[in-house]
Amino acid sequence: MSTTMALTLDLKGLSCPLPIVKTAKAIKELQPGDLVEVLATDPGSVPDFRAWARSTGNELVEHANLDGVFRFVIRKR
Amino acid sequence: MPEEKDRKLVIFAWSGDMDKVWPQLILATSGAAMGMETTVFFTFWGLFPLLKNDKAAGRARRITGDSWMQKMLSLMNRGGTEHLKLSKMNFAGAGPAMMKSLAKGHKVASPTELMQMAQEMGVHLVPCQMTMDLMGLSREDLIDGLDEPAGATTALLEAQDAITLFI
Repeated sequence: MSTTMALTLDLKGLSCPLPIVKTAKAIKELQPGDLVEVLATDPGSVPDFRAWARSTGNELVEHANLDGVFRFVIRKR
Repeated sequence: MPEEKDRKLVIFAWSGDMDKVWPQLILATSGAAMGMETTVFFTFWGLFPLLKNDKAAGRARRITGDSWMQKMLSLMNRGGTEHLKLSKMNFAGAGPAMMKSLAKGHKVASPTELMQMAQEMGVHLVPCQMTMDLMGLSREDLIDGLDEPAGATTALLEAQDAITLFI
């Protein structure tokens, strides 16, 4: 499995539901197993990405809070 | 993974107020993003956000319908996603203007953007045929890219094995 990012999405500043909706739309173009990095500032996106990953089967590989910017790494199912 | 039952979302959009249209479209786009087969059934006042916006249609005001009552209704209820009213604190349009300004500042997508996004995400947008007939609206008065107008039975059948919301 690849460890390099297939795509980085800068969704800083956007509010619910855009971080999830834009991520879902963008990963349609990718291959299964591809990694995506998402940067967001909406605090609600933390539980939302967890719920979205659980619901869709895409894997939330890691998430971190870097000075108010939430970084998510997702592996496409 | 959730069960099959949780993979479908049906929203009955019965209100055309800004404070209802927003959650209708936020939940619809989120459902589609979660991979749920999502349908929004637009009925009664809820149908009016599906009308073409006056500016996009290149006109000052929409006048539709055959009878004087339908024509008067079209003038009094503008329709489209650009002229939504708030159910509380509308203040003759000042409330929605302030709400739009707040939303823009917080980078919250507008109802117009969300409607377009719902279409891009493959959400089924179904106008209620009975409401169209009652209010004197034709398919051409509504935005492009909608599903075929349908009735209550179609909507209820779709809702049978779906999570159903009434907004």
